[in-house]
Amino acid sequence: MEKRIIVIGGGVIGCAMARLLSRYEAKVTVLEGGEDVAHGASKANSGIVHAGFDAKPGSLKAKLNVEGARMYPELCKEVDAPYGQPGAMVLAFSQEERATVQELYKQGEQNGVAGQRIIEKDEILKLEPNVNPNVVCALLEPMSGLTSPYELTCALADHAAVNGATFVMNAKVQTIEKNGDGFALHTTKGEYTADLIVNCAGVFSAELHNQLSEKKLHIIPRKGEYYLLDHQKDLLFTMTMFQTPTKMGKGILVSPTVHGNTLLGPSADDIEDGTDVSTTAAALKIVNEKARLTWPGLSLRTVVTTFAGVRAHEENGDFIIGATEGVQGSYETIGIESPGLSAAPAIAKLLTEQIISENGLAEKKEWKPAPKREKPFYAMTLEERVDVVKRNPEYGALVCRCEQVTEAEIRAAIRRPVGATTIDGVKRRTRAGMGRCQGGFCSPRVLEILSEELGVAPTEVTKCGGESRILTGTIAQSMHKGDA
Amino acid sequence: MEQQITCINCPVGCRLQVVVEDGEVKSVTGNSCNRGLTYAKQECTAPMRMVTASVPVMDRQTPVSAKTRTPIPKKDIFHCMAELGKVQLHAPVEAGQVICANVCGTGVDVIATKSVQ
Amino acid sequence: MLSQELRGQVQYVDVLIVGAGPAGMAAAIAAKEAGVENLLVLEREQNMGGILRQCIHNGFGLHRFKEELTGPEYAQRDIDRVRDLGIEVRCGTTVLSIDENRFVTAISKEKGVQLFEAGALILAMGCRERPRGALATPGARCSGIYSAGTAQKFVNLEGYMPGKRVVILGSGDIGLIMARRMTLQGAKVLACVELMPYSSGLNRNIVQCLHDYDIPLLLSHTVIDIEGKERLSGVTVAQVDERRNPIPGTEQHFDCDTLLLSVGLIPENELTLQANVEMSPLTQGAVVDDSLQTDKEGIFACGNVLHVHDLVDFVSAESFKAGKAAAAYVQGKSRKGAYVRLKDGEGVRGVVPQRLLVPEGEAESVQVMFRPAGVYENATVSILDGDKEILRQKKRILTPGEMAELMLKPEQIKALSGGDVTVQIVR
Repeated sequence: MEKRIIVIGGGVIGCAMARLLSRYEAKVTVLEGGEDVAHGASKANSGIVHAGFDAKPGSLKAKLNVEGARMYPELCKEVDAPYGQPGAMVLAFSQEERATVQELYKQGEQNGVAGQRIIEKDEILKLEPNVNPNVVCALLEPMSGLTSPYELTCALADHAAVNGATFVMNAKVQTIEKNGDGFALHTTKGEYTADLIVNCAGVFSAELHNQLSEKKLHIIPRKGEYYLLDHQKDLLFTMTMFQTPTKMGKGILVSPTVHGNTLLGPSADDIEDGTDVSTTAAALKIVNEKARLTWPGLSLRTVVTTFAGVRAHEENGDFIIGATEGVQGSYETIGIESPGLSAAPAIAKLLTEQIISENGLAEKKEWKPAPKREKPFYAMTLEERVDVVKRNPEYGALVCRCEQVTEAEIRAAIRRPVGATTIDGVKRRTRAGMGRCQGGFCSPRVLEILSEELGVAPTEVTKCGGESRILTGTIAQSMHKGDA
Repeated sequence: MEQQITCINCPVGCRLQVVVEDGEVKSVTGNSCNRGLTYAKQECTAPMRMVTASVPVMDRQTPVSAKTRTPIPKKDIFHCMAELGKVQLHAPVEAGQVICANVCGTGVDVIATKSVQ
Repeated sequence: MLSQELRGQVQYVDVLIVGAGPAGMAAAIAAKEAGVENLLVLEREQNMGGILRQCIHNGFGLHRFKEELTGPEYAQRDIDRVRDLGIEVRCGTTVLSIDENRFVTAISKEKGVQLFEAGALILAMGCRERPRGALATPGARCSGIYSAGTAQKFVNLEGYMPGKRVVILGSGDIGLIMARRMTLQGAKVLACVELMPYSSGLNRNIVQCLHDYDIPLLLSHTVIDIEGKERLSGVTVAQVDERRNPIPGTEQHFDCDTLLLSVGLIPENELTLQANVEMSPLTQGAVVDDSLQTDKEGIFACGNVLHVHDLVDFVSAESFKAGKAAAAYVQGKSRKGAYVRLKDGEGVRGVVPQRLLVPEGEAESVQVMFRPAGVYENATVSILDGDKEILRQKKRILTPGEMAELMLKPEQIKALSGGDVTVQIVR
């Protein structure tokens, strides 16, 4: 009989696992606690594919980061996710920091990072004129890349789905019981049973692990807050600018995003509640101040938004990947903080190989390629636009003016295998509402299209699931109530 | 008794000093035109307001915008809205059409300010 | 470079207007009335009228029509005139790009990609609201936070309520108008919170939108925290000091499900920037001369895309001027003379126009508009030619919320020395 595998968590790791497992004879189900995939750390991180110089040599982090980063160009091409490789610099502003940079260089060599070198002030300022002229030297990492973590996650989910994986949203796993040969999972959407489970639950992964295993693990949710600046005519920085790392992480970076915005952050604050993604004046102030060291000309005039993400920091500091000790049929990925996104393809590959060999899963006769999508309208040439709107007139209706997203693309995003069901879901898949007006103009229209496509009343459409409705009723209801 | 009020006739928003005695306006200063004078007298004795509203049209998603043809007593604003909440409008609605005659017995009609086809 | 095939599809238009809001319509009417036949207006929405369509309140048209109209009524007058004049307007058509040679690409469902070469181009795209992100207000990222204009669109154009218990951050006019609108349509507005010690809205709106409904206006206050996991559940408001920092101990909490933002308008100049037009950092619009022409020949700008106005009447007046000037430009009636720069002096922010032509022939009066940098009572506004004062006017009250204006007479313009001209406010 086909093994029933439940992947817990629809983040980048869970979706990458589901995608690879969907290649084998098994019934794969992803249980996601949120309304959409990429609901946790995968929607709010720096989006950087690190070259791999930062992790401690010999650690899983180091090994899987370097491996994962090498897999990125091919993977993103295969599933149709954005990827670029502009490179990165680690800036040193003192002789003390020069020593750190030299240390990082050695570490990079040990980790097997290609192409890195230390460059001096003149070259730095030539490459990146906006960098603080007090810079001393920098570690140049040409292999450092960028992706869009949520778009990648959505694309991985789609590929898994077309190969038979089932995604169940709003099914937050609350308890797991080992049940003979299998598992019973109690979720906010009822009970599920499985032969094998794969715990990819991010900040909640240790909690679930501890329900099954005697060997207790502890995740410290670590919040990082960011500023996102609007894209300008020219990039402010062409590469990712790191400062020398601290024990809380890689420090405050100033980086282009894969879409040409500028990202500042993250702060690093250990918190209690892993779901707390509120921003705070204190952390944003720190980001602003520290980013100025890299970029003295920083202006917050073009900020489009601020956001926060929570990393799953495991107190021992390394990734924990593999079978749960002493629990037959349970697998896990725990403590997947930075460089988790960079390592994601390698993490999924490593664990999938272990699962198929330990459980004797056979490869399917056919593994369908990832569904092809049209190139985004904003990236099309004039000729391509002329052509696409002839084929589909809905490309002629621009809904999001800031990011140039058309009605056709919004409808397509909702109709994808793991489609958008919320305003934020549309935003992550299409960029509608991601721009300088932050959905002020387009959200009423996006809401209307969601209501049409999903067949629900506009008053039922939410921002991000649950009680996050946009509208509280019709004016007829409201005026009637006012009368009572 | 002297009252300070802001004239709402036009965007200048003149600040008017009005002396009222026994419910009667004795003097107005601070106005820069005659309409301010009229406004002050009205405002300090029986204030009036234009009311505009979004009124649902039963068979359409789009509501119709509406206004009182002339100002109504300020105290009747919410009564006016309550009455508009009860109006059962059907498309098409033409701009200028009376959608609620003699609202709250004020003698003033509420009319549509746009058309809904 | 355009392919041969696309080249053949380029349509020449004498005057092309981007936007059919009040500015675009007025510019089109004026250009047509000045004799331009080959005229086209492109509008991204499905209807003409721009933001006036959702401004269902009264108070428009006092200057222009000498009567008080609602937004839709004001718009309808221009729409009727545009139709009577037989001006072609393509709605549902978004302009994708412009360049300094006035080559324009646009797209619509019906006609697909459209390419134009314009003799003159009038930019009338209007403005947009500053979103929450721009303020970096900390707190939760839940639903229930809207810019006031978005809420206005939901209520007045789509018939939906975006909330039941509302706090408004910012006292711009749209925020004030929405305080009243939400109240009238059945919601409860708890407070209007303004960072500055004065409101940026019109006095009349404070009276008839807040005072009439006993909605407190908290000046020198701001929202310091936003709570809510999924939908907004409350906000914390605190008083701020002179440097606009929250004062500890002054926090007050509001249970609300909605926060509306009315924290400023920004001219929507993405297209303008594509054409490398010189911009003013103060108005965030193009730098223009007294005929509303930008530094790029044949490209004009008017209405809120040029600088944010308080009154649509002034938008229309400015745009008539732009339409007339664009017509003159394509008709080859070029103006000869020397330019002088108009500069912001003490107390003045964002004077428009920034360049003034001292013509060889007869001059016409020029309206100079600007925003006061602060609140001034019984101050003097003056215009200096170099050091020499050439115009002086007493103003009873000047606030940043209300655009101020001065009129330069033809003889004053003719007498200009050719050096910089400065506009200033003296207490």
